[in-house]
Amino acid sequence: MVLFYLFGATAVVASLLVIAQRNPIYSVLLLIASFGALSGLYVLLDAPFLAVIQIIVYAGAIMVLFLFVVMLLNAPHEDTDYDERLRGAEGPGAISTRSGSMRFGALLAAALIVELVWALTEGEGEAGLFPGESVSSVRAIGRSLFTDYALAFEVTSVLILVAMVGAVLLARRDVPAARGGVM
Amino acid sequence: MPTLDHYLVLSAALFAIGTAGVFIRRNLITILLSIEIMLNAVNLTFVVFGRALGAVDGQIIVFFVITVAAAEAAVGLALVIGLFRHRESLNPDSFASLKW
Repeated sequence: MVLFYLFGATAVVASLLVIAQRNPIYSVLLLIASFGALSGLYVLLDAPFLAVIQIIVYAGAIMVLFLFVVMLLNAPHEDTDYDERLRGAEGPGAISTRSGSMRFGALLAAALIVELVWALTEGEGEAGLFPGESVSSVRAIGRSLFTDYALAFEVTSVLILVAMVGAVLLARRDVPAARGGVM
Repeated sequence: MPTLDHYLVLSAALFAIGTAGVFIRRNLITILLSIEIMLNAVNLTFVVFGRALGAVDGQIIVFFVITVAAAEAAVGLALVIGLFRHRESLNPDSFASLKW
């Protein structure tokens, strides 16, 4: 119970700070902390395989990708020169629309959480204590993954290939056609 | 012992934080990070329900969600790089050429 509150509080606080930070690098690093806390929750839920995957793939690969991009783009803060010019050109109206969208976003998030918690507390049925035994050994996951979900697994590999080709195609600089570029 | 409801409330809180981030922030990278927060909230829900039902299917779905999130992050960041080359900005309001 103590560990649940520890990990849960870490995840929520780190996620809130991700939203609150102005510097994207701090946001990425705090999100890694949030993912670490979630991985601890997975261990509490008897899902050690997913906990390891969460650390390796999410914190290790995806967040490093984000960090690379933030540093590649020279980490522009939210209020760059462009925004200042934009705001100066449009006068106080731009600021009011920004604070308006901020208020709308906060309101929407508050409504969402109230609604979700209401749906959880109003629901019928016994509030679940978890069953004592757990089935989630890595062996069971692997067996299910390569029998019941074999097709989905193979399609996922195609998806990753497509994403890789697409990312390379989108992010590369335009090659002049004279040099024999395909595009 | 924390019950199912504890985990679901935590997941709802994380999802709401991610939603708020998408609406409040004006930085494409932070918006992508908020989407990752929302994906992780949903992942937590899958794992919790899988644990409550005593089946491994929840964890397998989370496995696929992580894969799709990796693909989404790669393509999304490539798009961000391309957009940044065009406009020298990460503010989504500056990519409004198609706005009617």
